[in-house]
Amino acid sequence: MATSALEHVHAPAAPKTGLWSWITTVDHKRIGILYGASAFAFLLIGGLEALLIRWQLRIPENNFLSAETYNQLFTMHGTTMIFLGVMPLSAMFFNYLIPLMIGARDVAFPRLNAFSYWVFILGGLFMNFSFLVNAAPNAGWFGYANLTSKQFSPGLNVDFWVIGLQILGIASLAAAVNFLVTIVNFRAPGMKMMRMPMFVWMSLITQVLLLLAFPVITVALVFLMLDRVFGTGFYVPAVGGDPILWQHLFWIFGHPEVYILILPPFGIVSEILPVFSRKPLFGYAAMVFSGTFIAFLGFGVWSHHMFATGMGPVADSVFSLTTMLIAVPTGVKIFNWIGTIWGGSLQMKTPMYFALGFIALFIIGGLSGVMHASPPADLQQTDTYFVVAHFHYVLFGGSIFALLAGAYYWWPKMFGYMLDEGIGKLHFWVAFISMNLTFFPMHFVGLHGMPRRTYTYPAGLGFDWLNMLQTIGSLILGVSFLIFLWNIIRSYRGRAANPAPADPWNGATLEWSIPSPPQEWNFAELPEVHGRDPLWDLKRARGGPLPEPPLVSGQGIHLPNPSYWPAVTAIGVGVVLIGFMAGGVVVNLIGVAILFFGAFRWAFEPAG
Amino acid sequence: MSHADAHALHPPTSTGLDTRKLAIWTFIGSECLFFASLISTYLVYHGKSLVGPLPHDASQCLLDGRMQECEAVFEIPLVTFGTAVLLFSSFFVVMALNGAQTGNRKKLIGWLSATVIGGLFFVGMQVYEFYHFYHKGLGYTTNLFSASFYTLTGFHGTHVTLGVIWLATVLVLAIRGKLPPEKAMNLELAALYWHFVDVVWIVIFPVVYLMR
Repeated sequence: MATSALEHVHAPAAPKTGLWSWITTVDHKRIGILYGASAFAFLLIGGLEALLIRWQLRIPENNFLSAETYNQLFTMHGTTMIFLGVMPLSAMFFNYLIPLMIGARDVAFPRLNAFSYWVFILGGLFMNFSFLVNAAPNAGWFGYANLTSKQFSPGLNVDFWVIGLQILGIASLAAAVNFLVTIVNFRAPGMKMMRMPMFVWMSLITQVLLLLAFPVITVALVFLMLDRVFGTGFYVPAVGGDPILWQHLFWIFGHPEVYILILPPFGIVSEILPVFSRKPLFGYAAMVFSGTFIAFLGFGVWSHHMFATGMGPVADSVFSLTTMLIAVPTGVKIFNWIGTIWGGSLQMKTPMYFALGFIALFIIGGLSGVMHASPPADLQQTDTYFVVAHFHYVLFGGSIFALLAGAYYWWPKMFGYMLDEGIGKLHFWVAFISMNLTFFPMHFVGLHGMPRRTYTYPAGLGFDWLNMLQTIGSLILGVSFLIFLWNIIRSYRGRAANPAPADPWNGATLEWSIPSPPQEWNFAELPEVHGRDPLWDLKRARGGPLPEPPLVSGQGIHLPNPSYWPAVTAIGVGVVLIGFMAGGVVVNLIGVAILFFGAFRWAFEPAG
Repeated sequence: MSHADAHALHPPTSTGLDTRKLAIWTFIGSECLFFASLISTYLVYHGKSLVGPLPHDASQCLLDGRMQECEAVFEIPLVTFGTAVLLFSSFFVVMALNGAQTGNRKKLIGWLSATVIGGLFFVGMQVYEFYHFYHKGLGYTTNLFSASFYTLTGFHGTHVTLGVIWLATVLVLAIRGKLPPEKAMNLELAALYWHFVDVVWIVIFPVVYLMR
């Protein structure tokens, strides 16, 4: 064995440090951490926007915010949380975990991976830059035509949104190609498709959704940009254009997008529940096929977002039926999770708390979601706080809780120290209670008829105190994130006393077989897989825990070279698109020049 | 094990498929939805223009500052010829790939040059067509037909242009002798993309030009 000679002969190589090493990195773990840190910062910004919204709504006829500022805040809150918060947090887990879970040394295209990150961060900063010039997007996160037309939105606000989203779309598409190829082609020997960890399966399905949904919104945004920049009439009724076309294109993207937001969290929870129940995942194949079925049906339900446009009885009925149908595979998943913990020997650690909280809250959000499948009921709920309650239960109670579960679960692997259990549980309870305090009253407020996206409301309509309750809840929810930060900082300071072993939770998947944090090359020796829970198989065969894996020198392991060309190319992409908003064709051409220069240097430099 | 170490960057893949080839196929899958959205929009707005010029029929249009009778803009023979050239270039690139794989440099360079020239001809045809249409009164923002037509065929033309740049880059490599048979994949990837661009045109040509 070549590797036995590798060990101990050379001292373990020290990891590279410094800002330049981060800019040129092509290591999927570092790119994952970059994604995570950036997304968490955006998540806090989006949270701050939410708190400002809640502060405005705490009492009737408040004038804390102007209507215009309010419009900007709810638009940026939605856009930020979806495109700069939840999606890149999932991308962090894709980056960090997919290669580790399938037993690979990196993703298929390490430099493309770096490119995705740099395009993403550019798009995120660009969109938020709009606040500094007092022109933040203000037409809602789904930017309905013709609110977004030049006639009704003459400022730069909508331009920031259109161009920012297109930049972000390029990042998502590049990453999706990369992860799909990685999962299909870079699995360790013996890891058949039906042996992959469930997180990897859900990631794979998410990449397919990204690949098929993002081109559609790209086209929708291109039309909008052309309408605004050149004066075409794609969404302009005066020349025969149809604003409803925007809604169709947007939601053909937009509904798969909600599964893009929730399937990776499904995968995270499907990893955590078995480990803390000491049982293999119940109904593995059913989980895979229900996930696939959700993705497939996800492209056939988009018009349930549009019942209020009056599509007629046939379209209403079809989309109503497909929407009810998609609840079935989702229900299958929930039963399988419950089946996994049923009769298990539950280890009540913080990740498990968040995973169980996820199940409870996601069910509530799922049930109100099924109500929207009925067109007559939906007509009563459209654009009220009832809808806001629904999607916060699935996005906050669902996605964010699962992402937090994942953060607590994989933190020791990523950073080499344990997070504090006591503070973690405090974090959970504060978040769980305040989450319900914030969002549950929205159901009632919505059914009472309070419209979303309206900056204030008159007194005496029966929901004054409920709004105050929501605001109090949201402030406590904000505190829960401070508790999380406190946990990170405190645990980091005490990391010497709490180093993470390679396998702190008695895990089942390959990432727990290597040191925490992993060395640059992940696996000194590529693992061989014989089942769905490779580590449990090994432990069972050994009759006990595995020995702590040694750090090796890495001598002789070939790694891709660092490169700054992905970052240069990313800047080119940004400049091309920004030219449509400011500076005109000269800027476009400068961008094209940078893009081609970067891409050619990238293509012809030695990859390593 | 040592085998895997020696090939850490390019380990044998799980499926046996070349990783870059799989990436191109994945990208093409995504592009299908991109063009599907553009083509659907063209179809949705087919016949919805409020003023001319129109693709197939004479119409009332605003030209030189006054409403007047305008002729139909499409000229099917020219675009049919361009279509034929583009389709033949797909055949050319297959011959070039065969040359690359068998180490026949003459064949590779000859056919690849023909492919690039075919692509350039198609782009030139499109530029001429746009110029011609513009002078018939069909500006970009004239009506829904013009906006959806120029956007659809313009994006396709951009794809052809990128394909030409890619193929030309490979051609330069081939001329410099940097495309030995074991690196024929560098051409095959460009060729796959080139075929896709052709296939999209096979949909666009009847839907846009032939369908009334």
